[in-house]
Formats: sequence, structure tokens, C-alpha cells
Amino acid sequence: MILKKFKWPIYHIFVGLLAIVMVYPVIWLLMSSFKPSNLIFTTSSSLIPDPWIWSNYVTGWIGSSGQSFMGFITNSLKIVIFSTIGAVLSSAFIAFGFARLQFKGRAIWFAVMMVTLMLPHDVVLVPQYIMFSKLGWIGTISPIVVPQYFGVPFFIFLMVQFIRTIPREMDEAATIDGVGKFGLFLRIILPLIIPALATASIFSFYWRWEDLMGPLLYLNKPSSYTVSLGLKMFLDSESVSNWGAMFAMSIVSLIPVLGVFFLFQRYIVEGISTSGLK
Amino acid sequence: MKSLAFRNNLVGYTFISPFVIGFLIFTLIPAAASLYFSFTDYDLLSSPSWIGLENYTSMFTSDDRYLQSLKVTMLYVFLGVPLRLIFALFVAMILNTTSKAVGLYRTVYYLPSIIGGSVAVSIMWRNLFGDQGIINVMLNSIGVDSVRWFGDPNAALFMLVTLSVWQFGSSMLIFLAGLKNIPNELYEASGVDGAGFFTKFFRITLPMLTPIILFNLIMQLISAFMTFVPAYIISKGEGGPLDGTLLYSLYLFRQAFVFFDMGYASAMAWVMLIIVGILTAVVFATSKLWVHYESEGGR
Repeated sequence: MILKKFKWPIYHIFVGLLAIVMVYPVIWLLMSSFKPSNLIFTTSSSLIPDPWIWSNYVTGWIGSSGQSFMGFITNSLKIVIFSTIGAVLSSAFIAFGFARLQFKGRAIWFAVMMVTLMLPHDVVLVPQYIMFSKLGWIGTISPIVVPQYFGVPFFIFLMVQFIRTIPREMDEAATIDGVGKFGLFLRIILPLIIPALATASIFSFYWRWEDLMGPLLYLNKPSSYTVSLGLKMFLDSESVSNWGAMFAMSIVSLIPVLGVFFLFQRYIVEGISTSGLK
Repeated sequence: MKSLAFRNNLVGYTFISPFVIGFLIFTLIPAAASLYFSFTDYDLLSSPSWIGLENYTSMFTSDDRYLQSLKVTMLYVFLGVPLRLIFALFVAMILNTTSKAVGLYRTVYYLPSIIGGSVAVSIMWRNLFGDQGIINVMLNSIGVDSVRWFGDPNAALFMLVTLSVWQFGSSMLIFLAGLKNIPNELYEASGVDGAGFFTKFFRITLPMLTPIILFNLIMQLISAFMTFVPAYIISKGEGGPLDGTLLYSLYLFRQAFVFFDMGYASAMAWVMLIIVGILTAVVFATSKLWVHYESEGGR
């Protein structure tokens, strides 16, 4: 609105050029994944691969030391799915309590939750690691997955905000019909907050898919490595011969992220722009 | 009636019980333990031995790498966060139009942030800045000598800052939502009064956005302070060159899980908490001076 006076062609040239600058690195990564490893850097200024090859994807997929990339993807998916189910359902359950029930100490616990939301994770890193190692959970996905079942403050906050927009008359009508609080949550609120559940699921997917610290600390066998750790392994064993494979698998690791984005674009944009604003 | 109140409390606590239990197990008890460890010498193998404030004093008196990591992190936060917010606001403004192409532009501009903190992005960034990477090729083409990004600590930190600016998307979306909430009549009215672009920007846009700037500033400050993955990947876990990318979280991680000095790492975590707390408090305290809330009927 403030830019109304801008001449349209100039606007589109400028915004379009900046857009190219923004996506250039991603296109560069994509194109490099089709170049022979020894040419990636000597031809880094030209985008078009010459010759155009697919073999990076084959060698990358086969992986190294008997560890195929498919294995990393399976491990990541396992963590993502179990974490997301736990994070979303528990957060919705907790959010209902905060948003709709009157009980002593509610305000205090809500404040505690907001403080937890802002607490740097590093503060609990060391004792959590010790706790999980005493439990014998090192080498399993439990340290990454189990805490998700106790609610994620960001999601709880998101859902509380969402539930507050649902008219209370719905609750009252259901209560008159003899529905209890659990029934109210399951049958009335849960179906109405599906957009918020979707937003939280997408975020949970992103965070767990990208997570490096958790797998780095708790997964110690290459057979249990996630995609992030698998990529890091490529980087560690870096030699001229596998640049291409590393780039190719970087692209593969981004496919699910982009897929979720394009499928659920509307939810993501709404989710981000409403969280913390209303 | 007492039993009804009891029943309400019972139901309420049943619903929030996962959070309460999780908070105690995964936050409160670990935080207390970390505070205790911070006063001990603890290597995981033998039991912690109490050394009082030694971790805290040696941090500031005899650990140059700690001071370096603090310096690097401060530079990263104080350069990166404002640049990122300014860029995010700039992009939000150019995308806040009614053109049909805007949907496409928005997707393209948001793309770098979607692929976000992943290892792939850090690997890509590392290679863009390689000795023969595209950034150096471009510098050469305009007659500037190649920069040795992995040899010069300042250049390496610059790499991290540009990466964080490039991923401005979430702040941009929040700004965009804020811009859409500014009533168009305000611009029209000032347009009638003959106000130009800059007058409109500084008199209307910026003041109306201040609550959102505050929100973005706090969120970005906290997350910038905890940045780990790019520094870890770009420097291959070392924080080099010459500790130029040794961000606070990375050094803390190395103290804990490379050198197994759990006490020292815990003390570092508490100092970080205090620093982040002070920064947040300062931002909140000064916000009264510059944040403009509509509901208060102007300043």
C-alpha cells in the first residue's frame, strides 16, 4: 500500500531479481548434484551441468560403509512420526486444560509454560544427557521421542490461542447435553482445532527432520543414524570423489521438507502469522 | 460446593498433568541439577566434586577460548539479528502489494527459511564460500581478490551472519501480517496531506509495527544466541578458523561432549541464561520508550 506509486515494470524487475538471488544457492546445489564431482568447483559459476549425470544420486543412495541412505530416511521417519504423534496429541490435551478449564493455579502453570518456551535448551542439556544415559536410553530414539509426549510449549501456546477463538456456547450446549470434559475435548474441541493440529504437525515434522543435536548426542550406531547425521557423515569423510554424492543426498534430504511445504502452504503461513500475534 | 471446586481442580490438573510431569522431569529437575553441576568438577565417570565458583571464575579469567566464544556470539547476535530484521521488514514491505505475482514471490522468498536449519543448507553454504565457490568466482569477476573464507576468522563469521540473514522468512511473515493490519486510511489521509514515502514510513508504518518488531526482536535474539547447527557444520564441529565460528552453544557442546567437562558446560549454560535474561529484560524495559500500542490511544 505504501509502495503504491512504484512503477509496475520496475517493481517486477527488482523483486524478480532479488527472488533469483534468494533461490540461487538452492538452484546451485540442485544443479551441482548433477555434475561430476571433479567439475563441481571448477564450473561453480555456471549452473548448467556439462555433462549432465545421474550417478551422484546412485552412489549417494548406496551410501558408504554398508549404510544406505534409505536407512537414514527410515530412521528419520520413525523419529518424526512417533515424535509428532506425541507432541501434537499431548499438546492439544494440555491446551484444552489451559484454555477451557477453571482450576486453582492455572495462571501460574500457564506462566511456567511461557517461561519454559523461552528457556534456552542448553541449560538442561547436560543433566538430560546424564539422565538418559542412566536410564540406558543412549543408542535408542527414546531420548528424542519420549519428551515429546509431555507437550511442547510452543504448540500448547498455539493451540490455547486457537481454542480461545472457539465460542464457549459450544461447550455449554454440550454440557447441557450431558457431555463430560473429556467428551467435550474429544468430540467438540479436537475436531474444531484441526488447522492448529495441522500447523503443529508440520512444525514438529520440520524440527525433528532437521534436528542434529538430538541424534548427535543419543544415536551412536551408523545403523540408527538419521538423515542429518548421514549428511554429516558424508561431510566428515569428504574427499574429491564424493562431493557430488553429498550434494545429491542434500537435495534428497530437502525433498520431504519442500513436499510438506507445498502441500500445506496455507496452514504454514497462517500458523506462523497467527502464532503469538493474536 | 467444596467438592465441586475439588472436582474442577482434579479435572484441570488431569488435563495439564502431562505438562506438569514433563516440566518437572525434563526441565525443573535438570535445571536444578545443572545449577549444582556448575559448582562442581564433573567428568561423567567419577562423581561430581564441589569446587565452588571455580568454573565461573576460570571462565572469565583463564579461558581465552571462552571469551572468544562470547565475543563471536555477541558479534553474531548484534550484527545478525538487526540485519535479519531489517531485511525481513524490507521484503515484507515489497511483498505487501496486491499484484498477482506476489504469491509466487512470497513462496520463493520464503523457500530459504523453509529448508531452514537443516544440515544440507549448512553444507551448501559452506561450499558456496569455498575457495573456488561461486562467491569467490563472483568477487573475481568484479575484480576483487578471492577471500579465504575458511582462513580468516572474521570472514568465517561473516558467512554465518549472511546465512542467518538469508533465512529471514519467519520474521518476514510476521511483519507481513502486521503490515496488513495497518489501516489503509492512514496512508490515504497522509497522502492527502502531501506526505512522501519516507514520511509515511517513519510516521505510520514503523510506529504501527513496533509491537511486532518487539516480538520478532525477542524471538530472534533468543534463537540467535542458541545457534548451533550452521556453526557446527560449517566448521566441521571445531569452531574454526582460529575459533572464528566458535559460537557459544558450540563451545558449550564441545566442553560437555568432547572434553567431558560437564561442570564447566553447566556453568556456561547458566551464564548464557543470565545473559539472555538480561538482554530480554533490557529490551522489554526499553520497549516502553519505543513500542506504540494502538489500544493506548497513541503516545
